[in-house]
Amino acid sequence: MGKYITKRILLMFLTMFIIMTMSFVLIKLLPLPAVREMGRDVNLILAKREKMGYNKPILVQYYLFLKNIVTDWDWGVGEQMYEGLNVWNVMMQKLPYTVLVNLYSILIAIPLGLGFGIYAALKKNKWQDHLISTLVMVFISVPSYVYAFLIQYFLCFKLGWFPLQLESLGKAGSLFSWRMFSSMLPAILSLGFSSVAGLTRYTRAELSEVLTGDYMLLARTKGLTKAQAISRHALRNAMVVILPMIIGEFIGILGGSLIIENIFGIPGVGNLYITSINVRDYNFFMAMSMFYTFIGLASGIVNDISYGLIDPRIRMGSRK
Amino acid sequence: MMNEQQIPEIPAEKFRFIQQDEKIHDERIRTKPIGYFKDAWLRFVRNKSAVVAFVLIILLVLFAIIVPFISRYDVSFRSGYYKTMQPKNKWFAGTGFWDGGKQENLNSDSFEAIRAIGTETGRKVIMKENRVYTDSKGIEYHDARVDSYYRVGFAYINLTPDEYTRLKDYQNTRNIQVIYPLAKTYNVDYLQGNGGANYWYKLKNEASTSTGAPELDGEGKPIPNYLTAAEKNRAGYDSLRVAWDNGGADGSEWLVYAQKNQSGYRVRVDYYEYFRYLYGQEPCFLFGTNGYGQDMLTCLAAGARLSFLLAISVSLINFFIGGIYGAIEGYYGGAVDMVMERISDVLYDVPFMVVCTLFQLHLANSVGVLPSLLFAYVLTGWVGMAARVRMQFYRFKGHEYVLAARTLGASDRRLIFKHIYPNSLGTIITGSVLAIPGVIFTESTLSYLRIINLETSSLTSIGTLLAGGQGYLSTYPHIIFFPALFISILEISFNLFGNGLRDAFNPSLRGAED
Repeated sequence: MGKYITKRILLMFLTMFIIMTMSFVLIKLLPLPAVREMGRDVNLILAKREKMGYNKPILVQYYLFLKNIVTDWDWGVGEQMYEGLNVWNVMMQKLPYTVLVNLYSILIAIPLGLGFGIYAALKKNKWQDHLISTLVMVFISVPSYVYAFLIQYFLCFKLGWFPLQLESLGKAGSLFSWRMFSSMLPAILSLGFSSVAGLTRYTRAELSEVLTGDYMLLARTKGLTKAQAISRHALRNAMVVILPMIIGEFIGILGGSLIIENIFGIPGVGNLYITSINVRDYNFFMAMSMFYTFIGLASGIVNDISYGLIDPRIRMGSRK
Repeated sequence: MMNEQQIPEIPAEKFRFIQQDEKIHDERIRTKPIGYFKDAWLRFVRNKSAVVAFVLIILLVLFAIIVPFISRYDVSFRSGYYKTMQPKNKWFAGTGFWDGGKQENLNSDSFEAIRAIGTETGRKVIMKENRVYTDSKGIEYHDARVDSYYRVGFAYINLTPDEYTRLKDYQNTRNIQVIYPLAKTYNVDYLQGNGGANYWYKLKNEASTSTGAPELDGEGKPIPNYLTAAEKNRAGYDSLRVAWDNGGADGSEWLVYAQKNQSGYRVRVDYYEYFRYLYGQEPCFLFGTNGYGQDMLTCLAAGARLSFLLAISVSLINFFIGGIYGAIEGYYGGAVDMVMERISDVLYDVPFMVVCTLFQLHLANSVGVLPSLLFAYVLTGWVGMAARVRMQFYRFKGHEYVLAARTLGASDRRLIFKHIYPNSLGTIITGSVLAIPGVIFTESTLSYLRIINLETSSLTSIGTLLAGGQGYLSTYPHIIFFPALFISILEISFNLFGNGLRDAFNPSLRGAED
């Protein structure tokens, strides 16, 4: 297991290095955007550029870029937005919004998704199951921004339950205040629909397969009630597959949803990324691309590893 | 024992051989053989939801193909006046639904101002007045359904002398009033400019705080306040005149219909009729218009067309690249597989956003936005397909029939394409179809976020339309409603259809449905 994890992590860094190299070279081949006149910040940025070797060959630049990251964890400064500010620090300021919204949405989605999934599996091929399965199909297919529009129109505008956009930190007091939470709710709900649907579908499929297993029959024959058999045997076995998916999703909350953040004006990393693309701030773009690559890779690894940790019968990395 | 006694004695000569001189054949199989695709088809048609989804997809595709041809507008059409019009269908006139009306809550001043627009032309701008009430501050409010088309009212336009003559001819031959007398101008800020064309009457309050409400005469009608001149032919106007114009019968004053300026004439037109004069039809937009004055029906169809074209080409290209890549990986295995897997692993892990943005930055200026988007899709899109094909090849390449073909001397190429590939075709087709909604969804997201800009004068996409409607979500929800509805139906149908295909191509499900 330890060997497998080490191998996966090393492979991850190799992949990241390749992607970083490709992105870096491709970005450096683009014309360098001019620094906007913003008082003393211009000199700061120009000095930073000089230090980063912007007029040296690309390979030298890449060496300096890597050196700065390895020694100082310095990803450069903003040039077109947040001028002169450290890219990493800005990102870390934005992260709490994204994490909070997605965390809430997952925390709401998990019990609902599991509940609906278990219910549908127990009522398999009855009308309740058909109803849930149909709804799941609809909710999985419809893009999350459509829910966002519906929620924004009906709940925020027509009924006026929530503000149309996220409240500013100053108004809401703190990130964890009730007011902040309620203004995050539209975004949380929009994200939650598809999570609930996905989890329901997954749980239902897993559980209904497990329920047909021979050991379920044995459990009933040895005298367990249906509830006991399901909670002690069926659910546990179904969880072997479901839990890694949930754990993987927890890593995914760092990334968040670009479009939902955009619609509800959440100042998270997703919005930062979009802005960096639109204003062509390459330092931000580079750092955030690597951030997203890392999240994607890490959630895959965590997902795979947790399979092995939850169920010792699965030995990862062994040849079939 | 008893039976023996009951069987009658049959004489030996009654027995004869059936096939005394013939060869003994097996019974011929009477039923038709069911091939792989026929089997899949039989299973597919039994899945009702998938069939319905398939029909829906066909309808949506037909919509995307046909509508741009029969539509009277195109994507580049932008009406400067008919912006954010409500959806209107002539067959629903008077039903209070889909009739171009909008429910509004107006204070009595704006209510009167809107109603006055119709008084001059005789149109019912207020379709239905539901409720009049007074709030706690003593202000009177009207709940009314307002015709968004008629409400546009009048406009000041500049015509060249030629255009002016043609418009007058049109008026004379059709007997339709288009040009109306010029109104006296007010000094109130917002009444000036083109918006001022609707204030043809005496204002109740001419101060700068005026709300534009008319002063009403004894019969509750606005009092006209037209520009007048002493001589009859001052602007050379010789065409239809409005009812108020008594042709100078009282001896001294004539209404002015046109003012001469440097380029030609400045006239005040009823824009509804002027639109009919320009485009040969009354303004009537089935899905309404958006904030740029574009016809939503046409734009939606054009956007759908773009989405379909993009998705289908991506799917086809991935089908070939992924198919061949996966086939080579799976067939040869070993070191070849190792190396190729690592390459596709790296490609798979690159976030699509990064690829797409880099391609846009590098290629959008030289080859165009759409091709660079296509490249971005193709660069990483085939990885999933390759993995699927690879699995299939691993599954089939050890089978006896492959060994038999190899023994007979079939080449690698023949083994791959003739023997193994057809067996994995079902999975590949399912994968290709299920990739389509993904591509459409990503495209709409990216163009919504303005990361790719698919908006040119003759091009639009679903995401662009959604982004355009976002700002009007609270005031004109119909702009965002139609694209959102379209993409929702599209995604649901494609997913249902894809699931149906997957089950259909899975022979282990044969006879599984009851």
